[in-house]
Order: sequence, then structure tokens, then C-alpha cells
Amino acid sequence: MDFINILYAVGILGALAVVFGLVLAIAAKVFEVKVDERLPKIQECLAGANCGGCGYPGCAGCAEAILAGKAPVTACAPAGPENAAKIAAIMGMEAPSGEKMVAHVLCNGGTNAKKNFEYRGVTDCLAATKVCGGNVLDCKYGCLGFGSCVAACQFDAIHIGPNGAAVVDKEACTNCGACREACPRHLIVEVPYSKKVHVNCSNKDKGAAAAKVCAVSCIGCGMCERTCKFDAIHVINNVAVIDYDKCKGCTMCAKACPKNAIEPIPTPEEKEKFKAAQKAAAERKAAAAKAAAEAEATKAE
Amino acid sequence: MSVTTLLAISLGAILTNNFIFAQFLGICPFLGVSKKIDTAIGMGAAVTFVMGLASAFAYGVNKILIALDLGYMQTVAFILVIAALVQFVEMFLKKFIPTLYTALGVYLPLITTNCAVLGVALLNVQNNYNFIESVVYGITGGLGFLLAIFLFAAVREQTEFSEHPKAFDGFPIALITGGLIALAFMGFSGLKVW
Repeated sequence: MDFINILYAVGILGALAVVFGLVLAIAAKVFEVKVDERLPKIQECLAGANCGGCGYPGCAGCAEAILAGKAPVTACAPAGPENAAKIAAIMGMEAPSGEKMVAHVLCNGGTNAKKNFEYRGVTDCLAATKVCGGNVLDCKYGCLGFGSCVAACQFDAIHIGPNGAAVVDKEACTNCGACREACPRHLIVEVPYSKKVHVNCSNKDKGAAAAKVCAVSCIGCGMCERTCKFDAIHVINNVAVIDYDKCKGCTMCAKACPKNAIEPIPTPEEKEKFKAAQKAAAERKAAAAKAAAEAEATKAE
Repeated sequence: MSVTTLLAISLGAILTNNFIFAQFLGICPFLGVSKKIDTAIGMGAAVTFVMGLASAFAYGVNKILIALDLGYMQTVAFILVIAALVQFVEMFLKKFIPTLYTALGVYLPLITTNCAVLGVALLNVQNNYNFIESVVYGITGGLGFLLAIFLFAAVREQTEFSEHPKAFDGFPIALITGGLIALAFMGFSGLKVW
């Protein structure tokens, strides 16, 4: 092997490389695609988990949608309000004042709900709903507890609770929406992080039917509606729904609920206390009404 | 060269000498992007595309090297050609077919270092294929890759839900699956058409 040979090989390959390099350099100029300089900046502000909760294919897709004005600056829930404000600044928009939202499961059934049969198939809720008309639970609306939402969550924020229904860890939840997508019964909703009173049922059957299938179902009796002093809870389609704009978090509805279907679930003592207070108030009211009637009667005389 | 030769080359590339299951080339993307059928097909299509192009270009470069008495440098030269080619194709697609560009996504640059692509260029030289044979071998080799990764992804989607020992979760079960499919592909080795 001659030394010249090595130089020759190096030279030829070097020349080849230079040619390719030049072609690529020219191609880069010819085929240049202008990228908006805001795009990488926006992408930096996103969570970067590629969770897909925003509905776009990954964080890059979301950044593009925000840039194109197709998605709001708050599109990335996991990034939180600080980053939404940053994105708004990049986009030259006003920072939105949105409240932090978290996921909430509209069911606390689990072992409280009557089971029709023991399901031993693939541990996936959608699969379970395909078996025998989806009647694993007697309740057509309840949480099946096979953990499709748990598998979907990238933030370890939702788990199957001690009684077999899914429970959201409010602190870990970023409201990315993956669990909402995963739940075949559409039981998971957005609720404000700051609120603590939530309805734990979504059974839309009439009271008697709802009561039969689950021990903690909403029977649409309207006790909560009558108890609420702020007009914040209403029975709609046979199930109680909270209006979070009005709810002050007094938890009176939860204590009034005869089926314990509203969170925070009161202890028996609390319930007793509440009942006694209600009774006393009712007596006072009756007495006042009686007194008023008597006064009226004497006046008439 | 006749149609029969081309048919024999195609069948060999797709079935009997499948790049993944018989020659064990391009295993990295085969394992890496086979979790979903959609992405697997995207990767397979991208590989087919690049393998076809690379065969054509490598053929030309090989001719130049032989003319210059530098045949022994083909491996290095091919790596250079493929890398440059993929870069070029990426830029071209980005400009003119952005939908395809986004569909291929990260797979296109990944192919730069795919040994199946380098393998096809080297095998073309080894087998003394002419230009048309080279291109056909490249494209059908890519189709073989596509078939393999598609089958594998389809099985993997099912194993996601299957019950298997905890220790086999993820890659172990995937590797076993791949091994079984490779065994099945050995059945094609008896196939003779010429």
C-alpha cells in the first residue's frame, strides 16, 4: 500500500463529501421554509409531555395551532396558568385569567354499586362495556373501575380508590384531559381546583331505579336544591349538578343528601348535627308562622 | 435480465431473504417504532422510499468508485451518500410535500443511520446487480421491511392487552414475538421460483 493511495482515497472521498455538502447547502437555501420565530418559544412554554390532551398531535402540533390562532393560549392545561401567560406575552395577547381546573370522577359507586356478574376479561373499561351489553354493573352510568383512566394518565394523578371507583388526586392532576377521553362512560369532568363540593353520581334514571342499583346514587330528590342558600345546585335530568360560579363551598348540600352522593361525604355525627339544626330551624319557622297567624287573627278581631 | 429475474429478486427481498427476519438488518427501527400500526406503516413507507432512492444513487457512486479504482471505500462512501440523500429528501419534502413530511416526521432523519439502507446498497454491489435490478431490490427490500414491521406492530398491539408474566412486559415480550415471526418467515426459505 502506497502512501499516495491513502491520499488518493481521502482526496476522492473528500471531493465527494464537498460535492454533497455544496448540494445540501444550495438545497437548504433553495428549499428554505420560513419558520415563525415564535414557534420554538411557544413550544418551550408547553409541558413537553406530548400527552395529547389538547387534541393536537404532540406539543409541536399544539404550538403550531396556538400560533395559527386555532387554539387558545391556554390550550396546554398541564403547563398551567404561568406558562399560558408567557405564551400570551409571546403572542402579544392579554393573559387570560382562567381558574385552575382539575378532573373529577362523577361516580363513587365501586363496591356500593350492584354487580351483575364478575368480569374477568382484559382489564380495560371499554372492553368490559362490550361484554353482555355492558351490564357489568347494574348502573348504566357508573364507574367500572377497570382503570382505563389510570392507564391513560401520564401524571399518576388518577387511581382506583379503596371502594373500586376511580379517584382523582387533585394535587397531581394537570387537567390534560387524557382520562376524560379514556372513560367509555364519560364520567370524568373538569371542575375548579378551588372548589371542594362535588356531586359523585351521574345516574340519570328516576329515583327508584337509581336507588335500586347503588347505595350512593343520586335519586334526584332535590334535598340539596332546597337546602342550598345560593341557588348553586340543581337537579337536572334526575341528577344533581353544581353551578360552580355560585357554589360557596358551604357543604350544606352534602350534609343534606340522604344518599351521601355529594362530596365531601359527611360523617354520621355531622349528619345528625345537621338534621337537628334543620329540625330546630323548621320548628322555629313553624312557631314564627304560628305567631304571625295568631297576630293576624287578633288583628282581624 | 428478464422479468423472471426481477420477480425472483422481489420475492427474495420480500419473503425468503426478508431484511429483518432473515438478514437481521434494520432491527432498531423495527423495535423502536412498532408500537402502533399507523406509525409502523409510516416508518415502513419511509424506509421503502429511501431504500429505493439509495439503491439508485449508491449504484452511481459505486460506478464512480470502481472507475477511480477505489472499490474498497464503498462502505464509507455509501454512508456518505445515504446521509446526504436523506437530508436532501427531507428538505425537498419539507418544501414541496409538507403533509408527507409531517407524516414521516422523525422517521426520515432516523433512516439516515438505518443499516437496512446501507445493507441494500452493499448487497447490490455484492450481487452484481445492474441499475434496474438494484432499484427493484431496494424497493422490494423496503416493502419486505414494511411487511415485517406491519405484522410485528399488529401483534404488538395485541400483546399490549394480553396477559403475560409481569417480567415480560414491554420489550421482552416484543422480542419473543419478533423471534416467533422470524421463525415463521423461515418457512419461506424453501420457496423456489427460478
